[in-house]
Amino acid sequence: MTTLIADRPPAGPSAQRPALRLPVAVWVIPPLAMVLGFVGWPMVAVLGESVRDGDGALSLSSWSTVLTSSEFLGALGRTAQVAIGSTLGTLLLGSFLALVLAFVPFPGAGLVARLIDTVLALPSFLITLAFTFLYGSAGVLQALITSVAGPGARLPPILTSPLGVILAEITFFTPFVVRPLLAALSVLPREQLEVAASLGAGPLRVLRTVVLPEVLPALAAGGSLVLLLTLNEFGIVLFTGAKDVVTLPVLIYTRGVVSLDLPSAAVVATAQVVLSLLLYTAYRFGIARLRTESATSDPGEGASHAAVVAHQ
Amino acid sequence: MLLWSRTSRAVVLAVFGLLVVVVVVAPLATVLLAAVAGRWTGALPSDLTGGHLAEALNPDGMASLLVSVQTALLAGVASVIVGSWAALAAASAPGPVRRLTLGLCHLPIAVPSVVVGLGLLIAFNRPPLVLGGTQWIVILAHAVLVLAFTVSTVTAGLDRLDPAYEQAARSLGASEARVLLRVRLPLLLPSLAAATGLAVALSMGELGATIMVYPPSWRTLPVTIFALSDRGDAFLASASTVVLLAVTALLLFALSRIRSRAALR
Repeated sequence: MTTLIADRPPAGPSAQRPALRLPVAVWVIPPLAMVLGFVGWPMVAVLGESVRDGDGALSLSSWSTVLTSSEFLGALGRTAQVAIGSTLGTLLLGSFLALVLAFVPFPGAGLVARLIDTVLALPSFLITLAFTFLYGSAGVLQALITSVAGPGARLPPILTSPLGVILAEITFFTPFVVRPLLAALSVLPREQLEVAASLGAGPLRVLRTVVLPEVLPALAAGGSLVLLLTLNEFGIVLFTGAKDVVTLPVLIYTRGVVSLDLPSAAVVATAQVVLSLLLYTAYRFGIARLRTESATSDPGEGASHAAVVAHQ
Repeated sequence: MLLWSRTSRAVVLAVFGLLVVVVVVAPLATVLLAAVAGRWTGALPSDLTGGHLAEALNPDGMASLLVSVQTALLAGVASVIVGSWAALAAASAPGPVRRLTLGLCHLPIAVPSVVVGLGLLIAFNRPPLVLGGTQWIVILAHAVLVLAFTVSTVTAGLDRLDPAYEQAARSLGASEARVLLRVRLPLLLPSLAAATGLAVALSMGELGATIMVYPPSWRTLPVTIFALSDRGDAFLASASTVVLLAVTALLLFALSRIRSRAALR
């Protein structure tokens, strides 16, 4: 026994490769300094700008003005409405699409799945551009309505309404739900479904009692990612150009760049960052739990992550 | 599998087909068609023309396109260098330093891109480092935004790396620098190439941070497309979007050619 213990190298971090101590520090510090300077410092600068008054003295006046302004409260409510509406919509639509792709085999299913993936790589403003031609006042849908119901029938002006923005975001973000859901469904044992069905369970019952519990983590991961992305979405809302659809990111843009009021833009930005980081932490936490629960299935996180930046 | 009767299958597939057409096919096809449509007042575009595409490539549009390509390539390369350095360093750093480095790298994707832009605008419009009004603030914004993806791609590549190679190199007396340059980096080449492609693709379509920081002399193509769309020129905006997508696809194709060359060596 004693020889065995003596043969082992001395334990503890202090004894590990002491000669490398200095090089490791030199090697680790430059990238850390760079991300501190180029990522961390700007965030601190936003916070700093928000607590400064016109003369550069410390003051909370911007905070009290902005937080009580009807513009900020309106944007906050609109952001929540658009984000929650879009997330619920993508969950419904994404679940349906993923279930059909996974369980109702048809020729060309692979092609459709790839097509859905393609949307992940497109800039989000493309959707708004397409919507002008499809659902605008002189668009395709209006032409179809006119040809069916006569020239008197007008399409309601959904394009510039909150509903139009929600529909555009559902269109754009649905792949972010389909991706992880398909991954989870592909590892679901088919026998379970067949046993349940052979015992007389109808399709809805099989979905509710067999499929749903298995894919719930993937659904939660996809849903919280979409909630974060729709909360942060900028391109779709900006291109819509509607006066009554002002979300927090658009408010930050108009305050910061259009009216050059940096302190109040910084207040809105700080509020938005707090909101987004809370959600992001919840999302990472959910993903981590998902990983430990089912180590075999890939929740598709990396893939859905892949398109996050381009679409904001 | 869930649906055993013929009719229910047909109904579900019909609804599915309709949804895929409305949600996936229609938006993409509309922008492609609008790019070559002279007029679009009915259900279908008419007077098909290449005029918008030609106009999208006029000197003004071309300048924007070149700005976008240069920004994407410079930001992509910068973020891959810093990102892989951060990923490699984080892997050997003590816990808190690792978490801080990786956490900061991921921060830009958790907050809206306009906030990233606002932060850079505020932080780099005053000494010690004044970048505002130059192209460097746009390139920096893009590099910061894609950093999270290059870091996670390289970290994933590192996780898959077989430690036997570097252990063998070390046991033969190679120094840490030599192990890095001759063993780990060559083995990481596919990840680095993938990270570059991803970074370039994301940077080409970026709008939120760019619109906060860009100087008039350095206007990327998405910002130009927004200006076109904002003044009601949806046809030209669509044509420019098609140009943007085509050039992005070309860049990715070129990068994948370089990657397969590197794999052959």
